[in-house]
Amino acid sequence: MPEVTLKSARFRAEREASWRELERLVGAFEARGPRSLSAAELNRLPALYRGVVSSLSVARAISLDKNLLAYLTALAGRAYLCVYGSKRRAGEAIADFFRRGFPRAVRRHAAPVAVAMGLMLLGMATGYRLTVADPERYYDLVDSRLAAGRDPAASTAELRAALYGGQDFGNDLLGAFSAFLATHNAQIGILCFALGAAAGAPVVYLLFENGLMLGAMGALYGSRGLGAEFWAWALPHGVTELTAVALCGAAGLSLGGALLFPGRHTRLQALASRGREAALLVAGAVAMLFVAAVIEGVFRQRVHDPAWRWLVAAASLGLWIWYFLFAGRAAAWPESAAAPAAALGSWAAGAGG
Amino acid sequence: MRVGRVVPEFLVTTPEGVPLPFTVASAGDRMLAIALDLLAIVLGSIATWVVCLAAMIGGARGLGLTLGLLTTFALRNAYFIVCEARWGGRTIGKRVAGLRVIARDGGPLTAEAVLARNLTRELEVFLPLAVLLLGRSLAPSLPGWALLLATLWLFVFALLPLASRERLRCGDLVAGTLVVRSPAAVLLPDLAAAAGPLPDLAAAPWPASFAGSWKAPGAARAAGPAAAQEEEIAFTREQLDIYGIHELQVLEELLRQESAGAISYDVIEEVSAKIKAKIGWAAGGRQVPTVPFLRAFYRAQRARLEQKLLFGERQERKRDPGRRG
Repeated sequence: MPEVTLKSARFRAEREASWRELERLVGAFEARGPRSLSAAELNRLPALYRGVVSSLSVARAISLDKNLLAYLTALAGRAYLCVYGSKRRAGEAIADFFRRGFPRAVRRHAAPVAVAMGLMLLGMATGYRLTVADPERYYDLVDSRLAAGRDPAASTAELRAALYGGQDFGNDLLGAFSAFLATHNAQIGILCFALGAAAGAPVVYLLFENGLMLGAMGALYGSRGLGAEFWAWALPHGVTELTAVALCGAAGLSLGGALLFPGRHTRLQALASRGREAALLVAGAVAMLFVAAVIEGVFRQRVHDPAWRWLVAAASLGLWIWYFLFAGRAAAWPESAAAPAAALGSWAAGAGG
Repeated sequence: MRVGRVVPEFLVTTPEGVPLPFTVASAGDRMLAIALDLLAIVLGSIATWVVCLAAMIGGARGLGLTLGLLTTFALRNAYFIVCEARWGGRTIGKRVAGLRVIARDGGPLTAEAVLARNLTRELEVFLPLAVLLLGRSLAPSLPGWALLLATLWLFVFALLPLASRERLRCGDLVAGTLVVRSPAAVLLPDLAAAAGPLPDLAAAPWPASFAGSWKAPGAARAAGPAAAQEEEIAFTREQLDIYGIHELQVLEELLRQESAGAISYDVIEEVSAKIKAKIGWAAGGRQVPTVPFLRAFYRAQRARLEQKLLFGERQERKRDPGRRG
């Protein structure tokens, strides 16, 4: 048999230099991020990536060199993750999220948000009616640890003191109190979302129960003629906090809905696409819970005039309504996905400038 | 030859329409990664509280407590999200374990997906851990059977990855993601490259064992006797029609191990003898060293099989010439 040069060996000899170049760029990208590449290198990356993908297709058709196939597969995979795997810079993404992404996500979830709010209001009404009808029920509805003495056995003066309490905190601890409230509530909100993956049933219960407690407390205070003052105490932060809780609940309900009613998609597909959307709701709600905690931990401890408290409650309600209905409607989405050249271009600009 | 355990693969179709296989990360690697990440979180929290307590004792009571609470919250909830968003789906633990997160649909790993897959950790990791560590004190009023039930229910989620071939945990289901091994492979010299040195051979030096048992094909042309011997070895078409792609690639593996000095000479002798018997090779009085014979056979066999491949015939396995021709 004469000296043969295999087609596959020649193919490799011709292309190998460009594979090695891509390997070097990808290695730097993986270890130190896109910033470690120069603008020219970033511009070469997508071209080299397409080259290696085409090499892989050819190699699959003509070569039986196992090592070569494994190498090209891995290199194409690594380059693919560099070209398509990453996203915009974090600062930009966060600003865009609050300007557009979050209110849009809420609008897209109008139905589950309405259901979650409805459940909570239903819970409140139920708790209120039950407690008005029989004050003893208060003990079943409100956890004694949470009530902390605010129960039907307490005197009116004690109940009133609870509304204007907080002087027992030193001023230097108000921030810490807010931080505690924010982290505690946010953790519960996140849990609400996570529970949604369990078909939503626990979420329904949590939302309803939350409403029950608030309604029962409202009824207790109302029975002592402190109704208006109670709501002036609860609502300044409550508007923000309850909305956020409802959003987390809506996210959980949406997940549960995807599991129970996947529609035209498979359950896995439905869960994946709804899950990503719903996660946006939770991220925004966590931010809202931090806002609510500052109002609760600082404003409510300092300001005791019911008129001011009502004003803040009304203002926050108006603000959220405006935000969720109108914010981010005008501008179009920036091209985010599936535009590797553009994404790499922006890095190149960042690396150059 | 023994075939190893089949490694589950996941095919991602790139926007160019080329299917790329990724190796699904094993449960063990995932455990290693999460253990390291949890360790990082715990150590970070401890360090935070040491600093904050020092600040509180030093007089900044409110500031220390506030920072402590916020930092612990951020570590617990944002650590995974920030790491995975910044480093293309890799946390510190995943980096060490050689894993990364990808989107199952072949698109980019978006911030939404990273958020979704990590917000569910509350359910899968922190809640079961809390139940395990704190147990009864979490819910003192709950009857024993209810606590047991709740614990079991939590572990359904924690152990969910073991139920699917792709090792999807709850967060992966919710976010449409998948954890794979970071692809890595080294391009070794072409065993069939006969003519002229390849452009990059200098960059990939031959292993030392090559010098002893056999010369690199490229360098061998000038080296004389060995190359001359190899060129004399010829095979008939009938001899090359017996083995298929599988056997060719097993032979490739063997030759690569030989050139790395990772296999005993007896095994090579044995394989060589088997092949010679199978194809009915007559030495014709010449003394051909084993390794050059195998290399020559590999090259001729690959040439034949690749030629068939070009004509649309993909012979996967060997044929038994005695039985079915």
